[in-house]
Amino acid sequence: MAQIFSPRANTFARIGIGGAVGLVIAFTWTWNTLYWSPYATWVGVPREQPVPFSHKHHVAGLGIDCRYCHTSAENSSFAGLPPTETCMTCHSQLWTNARLLAPVRESLATNIPIRWNRVNDLPDFVYFDHGIHIHKGIGCTTCHGPVDQMPLTWKANTLYMKWCIDCHRDPERFIRRRDQVFNAKWQAPSDQQEEGLKLLRDYHVNTTGQLTNCSICHR
Amino acid sequence: MKTARLLPLCCLALAACRPDMFNQPRYKPYAEDTFFQDGASARPIPPHTVARGRLDEDEQFHTGKEDGKLVEAFPFPITRQILARGRERFEIYCSVCHGSAGDGNGMIVQRGFPAPPSFHIDRLRRTPPGHLFDVMTRGYGVMYSYAARVAPEDRWAIAAYIRALQQSHNARIGDVPPDERAKLEAMKP
Repeated sequence: MAQIFSPRANTFARIGIGGAVGLVIAFTWTWNTLYWSPYATWVGVPREQPVPFSHKHHVAGLGIDCRYCHTSAENSSFAGLPPTETCMTCHSQLWTNARLLAPVRESLATNIPIRWNRVNDLPDFVYFDHGIHIHKGIGCTTCHGPVDQMPLTWKANTLYMKWCIDCHRDPERFIRRRDQVFNAKWQAPSDQQEEGLKLLRDYHVNTTGQLTNCSICHR
Repeated sequence: MKTARLLPLCCLALAACRPDMFNQPRYKPYAEDTFFQDGASARPIPPHTVARGRLDEDEQFHTGKEDGKLVEAFPFPITRQILARGRERFEIYCSVCHGSAGDGNGMIVQRGFPAPPSFHIDRLRRTPPGHLFDVMTRGYGVMYSYAARVAPEDRWAIAAYIRALQQSHNARIGDVPPDERAKLEAMKP
């Protein structure tokens, strides 16, 4: 009986095995790269909006506080999107004929809300409360990035679970004094570690591991 | 043969990768909904709805008026904490136009918004606190109502802070506690 495998079969087998391993690595690498790329996370990608609203102009340029528009950021699970009336508080007098603001005027006239595109969207299986983060000294820019420098708003962080957990494990790295929460220019001081630990005690943040308990976010 | 049997299993496993849990069939705040004509899932509150614990029976507290007349006194004692709260809220909602010192030249006014009167004119120094509250609640001239943005207790706190601002512009050295006077004198240019 003739040999089933010719001597060349060894080479083919080696190439086959090597190729399979290579394919698995290539696939994993591609998947991982895509998963963390702006293509999937939308980090740093300005969202198109019906009105090209500039936080940079309103916050850094005019000095308007976050809470002027996001009125429920302190007391609610949701920071709140301003109703059209809030825009018109100023724009009933300023830039009244600007073409860019036509959708705002139309919204006021027809009583139909402006359809903003959500920039920060958590999966529905995540429980998140804005108010508690504010009250425990987590600043706006810690999660939302330098909003005061965004001519169009983009997502500054992935909002992936890893990112949430990174802070829930060591909140002392990010916590700031309550009166600094809405300060877009805040920078961590050089003694953030000690200052952070002190603030955790002052604000009664539970550091016994409760913050990393599954049910703190998945209820 | 065995591989062939695994194939449908693999397909089933992959078919489970759907974003159902990410986007569950419920509304998030301000979510869009095509059922209603205005496209919003959040519905306007029907008139005369009473929120839990907010019967708003206290006319003085919620309108700044009693029997149509502006109230002359604050509905609760003003403490240092309330003044601090008033200051914070004033800085957020009022200073953009009225300016941090209340003289009516905030940033939005500098950009062309019609200037409000200064808080330091005689008419506004003599006006009852009910008037300040009423203006915040119902708006005045080109100023919109802030009732939806600022809670009534905060509106009173702001009114109290405006009173403090007014006093600060018209204080005499005699108004300063004796032990603080020396500090002030030392700062004199």
